[in-house]
Amino acid sequence: MSTVITERHTTPDPESDGHRTVGDYTLAEPRITCRHVNVFYGDKQALFDINLDIGQREVIALIGPSGCGKSTFLRCLNRMNDIIEGCRVEGDIRLDDQDIYAKEMDPVLLRARVGMVFQKPNPFPKSIYDNVAYGPRIHGLAGNRTELDEIVETSLKRAGLWKEVKDRLDHPATGLSGGQQQRLCIARTIAVNPEVVLMDEPCSALDPIATATIEQLIDELRSRYTIVIVTHSMQQAARVSQRTAYFHMGRLIEVGKTTEIFTNPRHPLTEDYITGRFG
Amino acid sequence: MNKTLETVCSGLARRRRREIRFRWYGRIAIFVSLAFLALLITSIVARGYKAFWQTEIAIDVFLDPEELTPPTPEHLARADLAGLIKRSLRQMFPEVHDRRRKRALYRLVSSAAPYQLRDYVLAHPDRIGQTVRLWVLAGADVDLYKKGYIDPEMPASERRLKDYQIAWLRKLESEGRLVLRFNRWFLLNGDSREPEQAGIQVAFRGSLYMMLVTFALSFPLGIAAAIYLEEFAPRNNVWVDLIEININNLAAVPSIVFGLLGLAVFIGWFGLPRSTPLVGGLTLTLMTLPTVIIASRAALKAVPPSIRYAALGIGASRVQTVFHHVLPLAMPGMLTGAIIGMARALGETAPLLMIGMVAFIVDPPQSLLDPATALPVQIYLWADSPERGFVERTSAAIIVLLLFLGIMNLAAILLRKRLERRW
Repeated sequence: MSTVITERHTTPDPESDGHRTVGDYTLAEPRITCRHVNVFYGDKQALFDINLDIGQREVIALIGPSGCGKSTFLRCLNRMNDIIEGCRVEGDIRLDDQDIYAKEMDPVLLRARVGMVFQKPNPFPKSIYDNVAYGPRIHGLAGNRTELDEIVETSLKRAGLWKEVKDRLDHPATGLSGGQQQRLCIARTIAVNPEVVLMDEPCSALDPIATATIEQLIDELRSRYTIVIVTHSMQQAARVSQRTAYFHMGRLIEVGKTTEIFTNPRHPLTEDYITGRFG
Repeated sequence: MNKTLETVCSGLARRRRREIRFRWYGRIAIFVSLAFLALLITSIVARGYKAFWQTEIAIDVFLDPEELTPPTPEHLARADLAGLIKRSLRQMFPEVHDRRRKRALYRLVSSAAPYQLRDYVLAHPDRIGQTVRLWVLAGADVDLYKKGYIDPEMPASERRLKDYQIAWLRKLESEGRLVLRFNRWFLLNGDSREPEQAGIQVAFRGSLYMMLVTFALSFPLGIAAAIYLEEFAPRNNVWVDLIEININNLAAVPSIVFGLLGLAVFIGWFGLPRSTPLVGGLTLTLMTLPTVIIASRAALKAVPPSIRYAALGIGASRVQTVFHHVLPLAMPGMLTGAIIGMARALGETAPLLMIGMVAFIVDPPQSLLDPATALPVQIYLWADSPERGFVERTSAAIIVLLLFLGIMNLAAILLRKRLERRW
């Protein structure tokens, strides 16, 4: 990657003025660029001047202690913050060089391009088939039933769920196990063929085996989609991501290649966090 | 045993006693309320069930061709049908000559008997010239005797029937001419001054039509209002807050106020005809709407937000999110709220008094714009009448009202069962 802004702070206090992110947040060919992003919940500021590029077909992990703003940042990327009362987003976020907060940007279209998987598996109380088919249906992606069947099958295959559910597509989705439900949610998200998939702690409600399956899945999905994953597990971040961004109290402290962040953190706060001193 | 455990154990028995005591309070409360309910229902049924049976008398009427030809409705309206019935009563009891006793004899049958005769003749014009046995409604006092409300052992001065009348009735009974039959008149007739002819058809239809109007208006309006307020209206907006407060207040407004409003707006302003189910339904809609809105909003609030996020997250618009995912999940709760509101509207009397649905109406309404009463109003009217027959009918009308309510609730439960997602 390009020039690295190395700047070691004398004080680890993130609240200090003139804070700048350690590591290079720019990319040569970004999919999403975020510049000077500030987010407010009412009077309370949740994110301070975030600058970050997200590349094509990479997995970037957002880590940091609870309440550090990583989920808030994630929700900025597909404007899910819009539905939160009193939430205000400032700054410039571009997807393929389009301002996603521009007036002419339809959040419906944006969310079709930037899909989201949530912390708790949240399948619709419908059949497995209808869950996956819902997105293509509302967007009119399938001309007929055969095409829709194909989309459902492909999506479930990509989510690694096809073999388990192909004989019971008409069964209720809520009857699946937690891990299967989460993979179904991933299938539902990729059924509309998004460019970016946001994942908000997708494994936090799952057991280790289901988690491993999902992590493997994320690795496979990387070939097609840009994935931004928020996680509390540093092992997970290390396993699935190529780049890692460390958030602390609403600020982006450090960003860089995952291997470098975990082996050689440059900011003391990052070091404290990944060595388990707090968080 | 360490100190902490000792302290815990010492309080354990007391805690358990408390729990058991509380459970018993609950059981007693349920038992008491059930007992009162049972008492209420048994007393109403005990008082009212006899109204579903009615004494009828068989009389042998000579269908006099002189009086009855031609057998057209116009001619029969002028014919002396009552005279024919009186003649047959005189023939049955030839020993009666005294004028007063004759009048008492004629009162054995209801004043509806000539109409029954008319209907018979119209249905069987070929029988004119023959003597036929006709079952006609008995008079109110005969009905009381047959149902055992008049004790022949009592001194004659204290009962409604004289000794000779009782003798006639015993004779009729021995001949099998005095029987209790299912009282279809109670279900088919409108109101009447004579208890034996009074029925609930007008009130029943009035209530049914009003419920249809109320449901057709308050359910969609209430749901639309609730969806807008809950899903689309901006939060922390002065106007929205004001509307919310006012809806909550409206739910607590005494119902008679809605009656005044209905009188002023629907009858006074729009000029709709008074005493009609349409106006009644509109008025009850005003009354029901706040309840439906509040219940529907609660149902919408109870839908987990994760469903909304899921739909929004794959690019559903807000309207799609609401109509595809939130509304189906909230529907059972909304229905429950609507039924609670409807049940309240069904039992409402006060606003209906204000819009003139308290009138004495004999002919069942054929449309929403014909005058009618409502079941609770009919109950109120009959409860005012001292005659034994009306006392009985009051309770019978209450039974009908409760059945109406029960059927409505049953329909709601079945509908909810169908809508409820079990997964």
